[in-house]
Amino acid sequence: MYQLLHKEKLGPDIYLYRFRAPDIARYRKPGQFVIVRINENGERIPITIADVDTEEGSITLIIQAVGKTTLQMAQMRKGDSIPTLTGPLGEPTEIEKVGRVLCVGGGIGIAPLYPVARAMKDIGNHVTSILGARSANLIILTDLMREASDELIITTDDGSEGQKGLVTDAIRNLVDDGEKFEQCITMGPPIMMKFVCILTEKLGIPTIVSLNPIMVDGTGMCGCCRVTVGGSIKFACIDGPEFDGHKVDFDELMARLDTYRSEEKNALERYSSHAGCRLDSMSEGGSR
Amino acid sequence: MNAKERMKIPPVDMPEQDPKERVNNLEEVPLGYTPEMAMLEARRCIQCKTPFCIEGCPVGIDIPGFIKLIEEGDFKGAARKMKERNLLPAVCGRVCPQEEQCQLFCTIGKVRKDPCKSVMIGKLERFIADWDREQGEFEQPPSMKPSGKRVAIIGAGPAGLTVAGDLIKFGHEVIVFEALHRAGGVLVYGIPEFRLPKKIVQYEVDYLEKIGVEFRYDYVIGKTIPVRQIVDDFDAVFVGTGAGLPRFMRVDGENLLGVLSANEYLTRANLMKAYDFPAADTPIVKGKKVITVGGGNVAMDCARTALRMGAERSLIVYRRAEEQMPARLEEIHHAKEEGVEFHLLQNPVRLVGDDKGWIRGAEVIKMELGEPDSSGRRRPVPIEGSEFIENTDALIVAIGNSPNPLVPSCFPDLEVTRWGGIVVNEITGQTSVPGVFAGGDIVLGAATVILAMGHGRRAARAMNLYLSSGRWVDLDSALDLCRAEVH
Repeated sequence: MYQLLHKEKLGPDIYLYRFRAPDIARYRKPGQFVIVRINENGERIPITIADVDTEEGSITLIIQAVGKTTLQMAQMRKGDSIPTLTGPLGEPTEIEKVGRVLCVGGGIGIAPLYPVARAMKDIGNHVTSILGARSANLIILTDLMREASDELIITTDDGSEGQKGLVTDAIRNLVDDGEKFEQCITMGPPIMMKFVCILTEKLGIPTIVSLNPIMVDGTGMCGCCRVTVGGSIKFACIDGPEFDGHKVDFDELMARLDTYRSEEKNALERYSSHAGCRLDSMSEGGSR
Repeated sequence: MNAKERMKIPPVDMPEQDPKERVNNLEEVPLGYTPEMAMLEARRCIQCKTPFCIEGCPVGIDIPGFIKLIEEGDFKGAARKMKERNLLPAVCGRVCPQEEQCQLFCTIGKVRKDPCKSVMIGKLERFIADWDREQGEFEQPPSMKPSGKRVAIIGAGPAGLTVAGDLIKFGHEVIVFEALHRAGGVLVYGIPEFRLPKKIVQYEVDYLEKIGVEFRYDYVIGKTIPVRQIVDDFDAVFVGTGAGLPRFMRVDGENLLGVLSANEYLTRANLMKAYDFPAADTPIVKGKKVITVGGGNVAMDCARTALRMGAERSLIVYRRAEEQMPARLEEIHHAKEEGVEFHLLQNPVRLVGDDKGWIRGAEVIKMELGEPDSSGRRRPVPIEGSEFIENTDALIVAIGNSPNPLVPSCFPDLEVTRWGGIVVNEITGQTSVPGVFAGGDIVLGAATVILAMGHGRRAARAMNLYLSSGRWVDLDSALDLCRAEVH
């Protein structure tokens, strides 16, 4: 069993969890993920690790409550335990000194981006980070990302913080101002990563993306997480989760993420009406 | 009773759930022998002087021995005799292809010129294992002096569990590392409940725990802990990580929604209990019409599971003829009884989807049989221009698995074949890395539970000798010497 040591609300439906998992903390590298299962009848879901504390023997996960499992997690209290945390899985990010690195994070994707940005800076790269979300309250880890970056830009769709607009607008502005980047790393909603990749391909910036398709075992056994990269099938769990973003078929990825949309909706509705708890975004009339 | 009289007794059928009933539930299909049935069936064994059946058993069970005890009504003794050689009799009695092993060599079957008329060794094995389990008595095996040696077993499937059971009895400390949250490997994620109830697997795992085997779940060796550290921290290591990498057909449309590997389909249905959705959280693709591509036991499992998940039509699409299907006759028979449709000499060449990306059909080409290929089976050849669209709501790809690359890829010194299997000494299971042994499907490719257990059995004996002698070079000949001394 893996005990919850700390839980904190970072934004609407966004929670930070620190679980005791010394074995995972010891060998985890930036870019890797864990499989989480919260009870005996629980599903297995992949979550990229946001941070570790080897002294405490803990890992940090930042999760948005969007479905039944993540909503149940939001009800957990310090001291509660979950039966499964498996990892660290997947190939770690290649951390190399390349010069100027652009880190682009969207919404909850800022969480897995943080350790990568920090490692990129620690090894001597100049790191420019762009964090984007619909609205100011959905931007997370601003202070940590500021520390991990040489330059930090925030964009919001509604202009409630930083520049009004999309992360791609910010990238274009930087390049128009004469900035050059040897490498871009982007993590966030697939639709955002898709448009970042379309732009950086035009701009000639090699781009790494971290994909989060549906998984079951997370060890290469089921092939549920298969994605098309450069025309061939890859398993995000063992070949990824990071890939050359310019070669990823994002439309297929987004379609496949919808495989169980109606079942997920049913499960969520049943749970919400049963447990009497609601997502913030539901009660606030949000769009998700 | 003389041999002639014994030979006159017809095989005792095992009662089964009615096909119309059983497609609506997950209960086991064959219901088991009663003690009377088992004792009658046991009477069919003529106790050959040279029991060829034992040669057909990968783990060398004393088959006439346990059958004689059943005939005498000494079920406890029969159970004890079987456990000398087989740790998982309740599993093997259900999933071993006996008609290709022990029962193929049975004299009765030979006399009657039909291995299906042999003594029903598998059914008797199942009876005695179930009887023993239902007694609920735990018998601590005679314990050996602790050797002070520690063994790591990677993967809690049939091979790993066998090694664990053998080595703990030799007095070694045994820790089994399992990537999933439950032990059993393919026995829990792959083989459906209606063929192998999960509580039976759990019972066997509990038994191993009771005799001292330690299980660590959620441990992915090579990820949670570097392989090198396992090799350094333990006196010997056994790699039994199985053939868990699903093969795909490599045709257009294979990533459409509603197209799943057999592994994914069965893992969702079995390990993750998708049949109980939404009470269990894991959903599964359901369709009114489901196509399963392939002709092995796994394909039968998928097609039969689809019926239990509510499919109105469940089709097997297989590129060869029925005689060439690798599935067991019993599985094909059960599938047909339940209404699975067999579309033979057909092969999907392209999958077609709708505007939302869901599969709606498979373009299938008809095949005919040509010259024999390397497997000795006549090669299926496409008939040009015979393509047609078979509509479907879901398609399951059950065309085989490759060895799981996760552990080998984290293990640079470990020699693997071109197709990813670990290279071992066939007698000892030794790999290219001193102290590291391997067996089961990670060596064989996708094979059977009992072959994996046979591998485990051989490796365990070699590991024991290695642990006690420290000898790595020429371990196989040393093992032969030991055996010669025993006999």
